[in-house]
Amino acid sequence: MSNRVINILVPIVSIIIGLIVGAIVMVVSGYDPIQGYIALWTGIFGDSYSIGNTIRQITPYILAGLAVAFAFRTGLFNIGVEGQLILGWLAAAWVGYAFELPKVIHLPLALLAAAAAGAFWAFIAGFLKAKFKVHEVIATIMLNYTALYIANAVIKKLSDGGFKTERVLESASLRSPFLRELTDNSSLHYGIIVALLMVVVMWFILEKTTRGYELKAVGFNKNAADYAGMSVNKNIILAMTISGMFAGLGGAMEALGTFQNASIKPGFTGIGFDGIAVALLGANTPLGVVFGASLFGSLKYGALNMPNAAGIPEEIVSIIIALIIFFVASGYIIRVGLQKLSKKKEGQ
Amino acid sequence: MEYVIEMLGIRKEFGQFVANDNITLQLKQGEIHALLGENGAGKSTLMNVLFGLYQPEGGEIRVRGKAVKITNPNVANDLGIGMVHQHFMLVENFTVTENIILGSEPTKMGIVNIKDAAKKVQALSEKYGLDVDPYAKIEDITVGMQQRVEILKTLYRGAEILIFDEPTASLTPQEITELIQIMRRLIAEGKSIILITHKLKEIMEVSDRVTIIRKGEGIGTVVTANTNPNQLAEMMVGRQVEFKTKKIEANPTEEVLAIENLVVTDYRNIDKVKGLHLNVRKGEIVGIAGIDGNGQSELIEAITGLRKIKSGTVKLNGQDITNMKPRKITEEGVGHIPQDRHKHGLVLDFPIGHNIVLQTYYQAPIAKGFVMDYKKVSEKARQIIKEYDVRTGNGEMTPARALSGGNQQKAIIGREIDRNPDLLIAALPTRGLDVGAIEFIHSRLIEQRDKGKAVLLISFELDEVMNVSDRIAVIYDGQIVDELNPKQTTEQELGLLMAGQSKKNNKRDVKEGND
Amino acid sequence: MSFLEMLYFIIPSAILYATPLIFTAIGGVFSERSGVVNIGLEGLMIIGAFVGIYVNLEYASQLGAATIWIAMLAAVVIGGIFSLFHAVASISFRADQTVSGVAINLLGLAVSVFLVKMIYDKGQTDMITRPIGRFAIPYLENIPFFGPLLFRDVYSTSILAFAVAIGAWFIIYKTPFGLRLRAVGEHPMAADTMGINVNKMRYIAVVISGALGGLGGAVYAQTITGDFSHATIAGQGFMAIAAMIFGKWHPIGALGAALFFGLAQTLSIAGSQIPFIENVPAVYLQILPYVLTILALAGFIGKANAPKASGQPYIKGKR
Repeated sequence: MSNRVINILVPIVSIIIGLIVGAIVMVVSGYDPIQGYIALWTGIFGDSYSIGNTIRQITPYILAGLAVAFAFRTGLFNIGVEGQLILGWLAAAWVGYAFELPKVIHLPLALLAAAAAGAFWAFIAGFLKAKFKVHEVIATIMLNYTALYIANAVIKKLSDGGFKTERVLESASLRSPFLRELTDNSSLHYGIIVALLMVVVMWFILEKTTRGYELKAVGFNKNAADYAGMSVNKNIILAMTISGMFAGLGGAMEALGTFQNASIKPGFTGIGFDGIAVALLGANTPLGVVFGASLFGSLKYGALNMPNAAGIPEEIVSIIIALIIFFVASGYIIRVGLQKLSKKKEGQ
Repeated sequence: MEYVIEMLGIRKEFGQFVANDNITLQLKQGEIHALLGENGAGKSTLMNVLFGLYQPEGGEIRVRGKAVKITNPNVANDLGIGMVHQHFMLVENFTVTENIILGSEPTKMGIVNIKDAAKKVQALSEKYGLDVDPYAKIEDITVGMQQRVEILKTLYRGAEILIFDEPTASLTPQEITELIQIMRRLIAEGKSIILITHKLKEIMEVSDRVTIIRKGEGIGTVVTANTNPNQLAEMMVGRQVEFKTKKIEANPTEEVLAIENLVVTDYRNIDKVKGLHLNVRKGEIVGIAGIDGNGQSELIEAITGLRKIKSGTVKLNGQDITNMKPRKITEEGVGHIPQDRHKHGLVLDFPIGHNIVLQTYYQAPIAKGFVMDYKKVSEKARQIIKEYDVRTGNGEMTPARALSGGNQQKAIIGREIDRNPDLLIAALPTRGLDVGAIEFIHSRLIEQRDKGKAVLLISFELDEVMNVSDRIAVIYDGQIVDELNPKQTTEQELGLLMAGQSKKNNKRDVKEGND
Repeated sequence: MSFLEMLYFIIPSAILYATPLIFTAIGGVFSERSGVVNIGLEGLMIIGAFVGIYVNLEYASQLGAATIWIAMLAAVVIGGIFSLFHAVASISFRADQTVSGVAINLLGLAVSVFLVKMIYDKGQTDMITRPIGRFAIPYLENIPFFGPLLFRDVYSTSILAFAVAIGAWFIIYKTPFGLRLRAVGEHPMAADTMGINVNKMRYIAVVISGALGGLGGAVYAQTITGDFSHATIAGQGFMAIAAMIFGKWHPIGALGAALFFGLAQTLSIAGSQIPFIENVPAVYLQILPYVLTILALAGFIGKANAPKASGQPYIKGKR
């Protein structure tokens, strides 16, 4: 079996094992897994309304996945997508309602604000790593909570003690009557186009530009990059900033598309951490991220149908997702297993 | 004669690859037995079999005549076999004593009894003449002392048979002399030693017998007193080896590199290069001879812009390049074969082809504006792979990591020379390579010099400096203490200068490399 | 409120909030000292909190006064078992330790909420009837100033936390086990050549971190919230990681950092009732622990160095 085939098989095997273990958990807990998975399936593809909302759910997952994947490809672990996304969400919502502008300016401006907010928050972590050698995993974890509390405080202030901002204006909204009618009043919005556009952007930067070559070189071997005359610090900061930009845009999807405002959150959205799963499943490639986001986004949205249709707590899907992450992360052992299997076949 | 260790017909396979095939090594009580072979010949594999890290596929190991199965290092320890590793196995922020007792700690009511342990360490070190401070932290002591701690680790566990893996690789000449004395002392106390090395001189000086292996196969065992370096080299490589590299007379012309009064600090801000003067001209190879740690790394990094220069000037073709950015210096015409090819020379996770354009990826025709043309990358890579005989498994898309050390180095040299630099800096260009690759690299360096380029060679190997350079500059404590003509000097003289034992006023005037 | 009254209110509360952090942070110290990064402490606390509340709710009537202790013991055991996921993935299967930790966090929350919904058919449990109570230490409480400050409103779990911190210091710095643990985290190959089983040491360390993380969660739920829902543990695990780093991977340092963060938490919650800081927006106090940790890492408050081999799986025979 070639390496390439194994690389594709590892996530697929992980997904299958995850679903099987999920079924076992349901059986052990006294639920009917077949009913459960049927409910999940209907929740995702049942009607045009579900499909619309599934795509809507996939959208921020793509951007969060891109953020994590981009950082990974440049040798960084951005576990701070969550915080960057929250600030992007807030920035987009604020620009979305605080200005009155024509749509051609307002919507791009709101998106840009979100991208800038996410990028700035990630820049801090990049700067700390470049200048003070602070490990980005710890820095971004700490920045996540900082972002959460700051965003909540700002929202409270903006809403004069309330718990959510004003609704974004039509001129900054990603929603459209056309999409709503097409999908039976779902909350599908044009954000999916922004997300797919960013998939192309990431691919182009990494695979086509000299900057992408530099970022990857720095990510793999800082000393060699330094030797080759690249500025290591500049590239670390830039890589984090671009990653944060994707994350910030992920927040804009929620602000300008799904929710149309920003509200005080008791805890994290989970999208940022799920983004790690998405990137991992997609082997950190832009196209892989689309697949990973599609899977996890679908599962997450479809799960909402499980309590009503099958009487199973929707958390079963989170359990399955967590298990899939374990299996993909433990790819080494699956690889060894697959190689042994293929050797046996060859031997026969 | 009693053998303490017998390894008979050992065979070790890694998948398809046979690392050891039918190797026999018999160690007598009280001898220093050298294990000689080129890099990659299978010396370490054989010793790891003896130390229980690998299980052999064939053959037998006997300890004092009794057949044994050594399944892990603990079994080896129990049999009295101890290993002094080439890369020291020491915990940096532990004390000497903590490192020595680790894994077999003496306790008093469940508490580690450091005091008693330190006393025992002190006693052992006095018995064998190993000067160490039991309470010093590893990160604060010299490399030589760290090695003595490694030796003490084995003695503390009651080792009777000591394996020394390339023990002189990072030692100064004085430390090497001390080590040899320590080894003799160990023998006098009844220990037996296996010495792994590829340095013929050390073997001749210290060993009783030599077992030679080549490409994984046992070639034979000879008594040191009955052999000579030429014969050993031939057995090791499998053909006649030229100790002298063939080359025509040098014809140096204008000055390319001129260094005046250079001062450079290391990462702790301590001066490592202290007012150094050096010049290299077109058409000559200047070899910097010196012991590791005398400022060589800092000197190279200063020339290439990787380290800030505190004071002094570096000029290239008359132009001041002091403290310029590395990229600018590269563009001005400096090629650099770095001393650690894995750390600096290559991005190991990139395909070898992408490594070929590591300094030129942003220039036409590889790049058009900010867009890279990977087709052009492949073209360039294929050209260099062909010209420099780089053996890759899968063409230019083979990961650099998958290449052998020699082929990695050939790719780097190809890349650097292809840019046609006026000055080529080669730092330890042959470290860890086999004789074939070494000869290839030396001939390429001489070819550059014959083309009228300036070459600066830095090496810790005296043979290399003597053979390849047209002029030798000896570096000691951050200064060039003397310049010599390789034809008029001896290894003894060089060795003394490198150890800082010569007075400036003894200096002979050999500024002209070709007399 | 007088200044003294204020102190008598703030300090016991700070210790209350610090206690779960101390347990969990010291769990983190064990794991990281062995070379395994454990981002999953949050998930382990969640599991511990759920187990603690579940046992308390179900068995309080049979167990009586022993309830809280049995609940904590159960949390220790289940936390330890749950951490085996992280151990197997990151030690044996060479998974990225950060990724595996993230998975633990997701799994801990998902499993706990799933079970709550399965068992109680709702997203939040009832309040427990036997929370961990306060008591006054005889004689000591009468000491002027220090009595009311430290000994009047004491939780047994806080005393346990201090004992665990001192015990951890003893184990890590005075026993052969501790020497080996530190060696494995700094230079696993050196430890291996000395006959120490690197992976076994790491398994033990991770399980200890799981047990202490579970304990931290159970203590938090039974002292502070009194019930369990998805939001019971919201960042406590990450704050424990912050305390571990701020305490420079040292048990006593982690204890001190946890106490300090406990103070910050108290002030952020009760700040509006306290003179002097009533005008300081709570957000500053909420973000204080995290910002301080970043500053500590950046070297502004003394350089903090992680164990050298942390984050890397140990592969035999690889240089």
